[in-house]
Amino acid sequence: MKERKDDYLNRRKHLENKNGEELKKYFYELSEKVVSELVDLGHDYTSKSIERSVLLRMGFSSIEAKSIVDILGDNDLLRKGAGHCVYKVSLIKKKPIRLSGTEIAAGNHIEFLKKEFKIYE
Amino acid sequence: MSKLQPNHKLDVRNILENLENYHPQKRGWTWRKQGAIKLGNFEYAQASPSLKNSVPLQSAAFLGNIDPQPDSVITAEIASGRFEDDIRRMRMAAYHGADHIMVIRTAGQSHFDGLLEGTPQGVGGIPITRKQLRAQRKALDLIEEEVGRKINYHSYVSGIAGPEIAVLFTEEGINGAHQDPQYNILYRNINMVRSFVDAAESKKVMAYANIAQIDGAHNANATARDAWKVMPELLVQHAINSVFSEKIGIKPENIALSTVPPAAPPSPDIKLNLPYALALREFFDKYKMRAQMNTKYMDSSTREATVTHVLNLLISRLTSADIQSTITPDEGRNVPWHVYNIEALDTTKQAMVGMDDLLSMVGIKDSGYVQNKKREIQERAILMLEEIIELGGYFNAVESGMFVDSGEYPERHGDGIKREIEGGIGAGSIIKRDKDYMAPVTAHFGYNNLSQYGENYKNNPSKLIEGSTFEKPEKIQFIDELDDSDNVYLRMDDTEKYRNTNLLKPEVEWLGDGVVTVDLFFPIEKRIAREAAIKTGENMNLQDVEVIHVEILHPSEGTRVQIKGRVNFDVNIDDLTIPEEIDTISEDEIFDYIKKYPMSVVAGTAGDDEHSVGIREVLDIKHGGVEKYGIKYTYLGTSVSIEKFVDAAVEMDADAILMSTIISHDDVHYKNMKKLHDYAVEKGVRDKLILIAGGTQVTPDIARKNNVDQGFGRGTKGLHIASFLVNKHKEKIKNEN
Repeated sequence: MKERKDDYLNRRKHLENKNGEELKKYFYELSEKVVSELVDLGHDYTSKSIERSVLLRMGFSSIEAKSIVDILGDNDLLRKGAGHCVYKVSLIKKKPIRLSGTEIAAGNHIEFLKKEFKIYE
Repeated sequence: MSKLQPNHKLDVRNILENLENYHPQKRGWTWRKQGAIKLGNFEYAQASPSLKNSVPLQSAAFLGNIDPQPDSVITAEIASGRFEDDIRRMRMAAYHGADHIMVIRTAGQSHFDGLLEGTPQGVGGIPITRKQLRAQRKALDLIEEEVGRKINYHSYVSGIAGPEIAVLFTEEGINGAHQDPQYNILYRNINMVRSFVDAAESKKVMAYANIAQIDGAHNANATARDAWKVMPELLVQHAINSVFSEKIGIKPENIALSTVPPAAPPSPDIKLNLPYALALREFFDKYKMRAQMNTKYMDSSTREATVTHVLNLLISRLTSADIQSTITPDEGRNVPWHVYNIEALDTTKQAMVGMDDLLSMVGIKDSGYVQNKKREIQERAILMLEEIIELGGYFNAVESGMFVDSGEYPERHGDGIKREIEGGIGAGSIIKRDKDYMAPVTAHFGYNNLSQYGENYKNNPSKLIEGSTFEKPEKIQFIDELDDSDNVYLRMDDTEKYRNTNLLKPEVEWLGDGVVTVDLFFPIEKRIAREAAIKTGENMNLQDVEVIHVEILHPSEGTRVQIKGRVNFDVNIDDLTIPEEIDTISEDEIFDYIKKYPMSVVAGTAGDDEHSVGIREVLDIKHGGVEKYGIKYTYLGTSVSIEKFVDAAVEMDADAILMSTIISHDDVHYKNMKKLHDYAVEKGVRDKLILIAGGTQVTPDIARKNNVDQGFGRGTKGLHIASFLVNKHKEKIKNEN
């Protein structure tokens, strides 16, 4: 930010008449305003780390989770959810969750998933 | 696992066994039980129950060995780079009152894209891995049982792999964590958008596991040029993380603000820090306060750091601290050593107990400077939030360099930390979720289309996979070691002789590290004193000699220098002559004996010594002194001459002389013992009299070598002396017969 002298006394004029409670209320109104778009971002987006964290919870090791997420990322499948992809293979191909995941990590089922999720290059 | 016993060392190899099958005993944060207690002669208002096993403050020896515990959770940060050695330190810390053990991560972990595994050695902290966490949690599960108080285990959910770490922490029973996306952005240059997206998931997981969250605002104090000018911004940073966390689902009582009194002496500490502490606690009263100590103005003086930290504790007692963190007084000079962790804990316990119930006696003025300043800080924070919104939101504000500017907002110096919305590590790495995006796990934040598989999965997504690791820990995949050249077993093999044989080596942080410090004074100016100190260390055969502290007593008259270095020898316990412990006999036996053979003693403090506390403690009935057992005493006072001791004993027909001395210059106390013996011989009463010398500097066998019958050192009680008198008296009677 550009250098600027302390103009607190000018800026504060609209706060002068607020009592302590009103000041606090206003502080939180502003904070909520700043934060709400950040919460929306978290709601609508995901990341490789989030997807790996989903796979950990599904019973994969950190090494397996990394391989699965990397290969799904390379094939534009993370927007469906890495856990979703593993689940899909497991559900339709009737394989256990862990086997489905490790097979994806080994490069299998990618075309199947792209077709299932209607992802075309 | 078998229970820990106070007189047995914790076996780290035992902790490492069967780790693949170990699961933590609980999840979530535990607060201390708080309330008034009565202990010995005293009542405490801000306290918690005493521990089953603990080490009290030294002065407790005069007060019935009470060890009152304050009400706040107390933190020790322990991370030396070798987690196996840290486990031992954690046990020591728990004995000194820590119930929140925080583990600092190794340098660089926040930029590692994924989880680390195994047990590599760290730098300035430890690599946080599943194996390391599980081993330490397992050890803490045993230690908390030993001390009788739950111990919260804590590390960091930050960096580029936050969500994975949050899951790992939940699975491994970690109870507290730092989580603040602003920390990633400002200090780790991780992309800001990615940081908030990841933080939402991390916080959701932490909320599920009831993990207490500590934010990262205190880093602004440590970074800003003038820490006290950043106060308005601190309120803003706290608000952004706290409100964000609450919206994700963390309960307010699990949201703790990491707050440091920003200023330190020689600035007018309390005058700057108190209004700030009040401003913060007034605005954030629904959240918890994690009071941290100041590190910004620390250098190598451990004494100076300690005084600053005690003033920080005064602020805590004048306001509030739900979690009282401790900073080791050596943090300004090295990665903390064992003893300084313990000093920091003792400083905290001592000061907090000493200031118990302060606010029932003194109050903070409700008008004038303190209130005006408090309001000013709050208003400045509000003005900053207004400008963030004007600039188009948080990201734009960061991009404009608004944060960690050295001007007190709204003043700006143009030196804030600037980050680009499209820049930093992990830029462009977030992925928009599609309409059919789905994650079949517990505690997943945000859009999750479960209804495509049936409405009944909406509230229980992990049902799709018959439970996630959170419900079924047996699903967790445990990785043991990945690096056969860097792991705990190799490190322990190197130091095994210090575990399994009678060899000992001095240690400051790692078993067998051999580091010692030497405290020196040279009557000369600083530059020369420094070099003279290094030479001294080398002449003492120390290796890797380094100056760790220099203090000018006078520009030309003298300088204090502390050095550290390594010794390259071991001490064999078999070669040592261990002084015997003074036998005690049962109280009843003493009572009976004294009834049969009444005894009397004369007592006093020798030479030019005005101290009388120690000897009164072993004489007076009130303190459990010899009088309690019916032994009569005549107290001669302080600065008693050797002749007077003997003459008085003759005059009173006493059985024994109890001579106290604490002066240690030139071994005066031992010379006095000899003189006492010689004079008694001269007077022809040596055979009749039992001569006893006591004092904090007295070593029993040296005392005996100086011709008294027994010496008593630090920690002596009336029972010890009475036992000795009875035994000695029996012996005399036997010899006479």
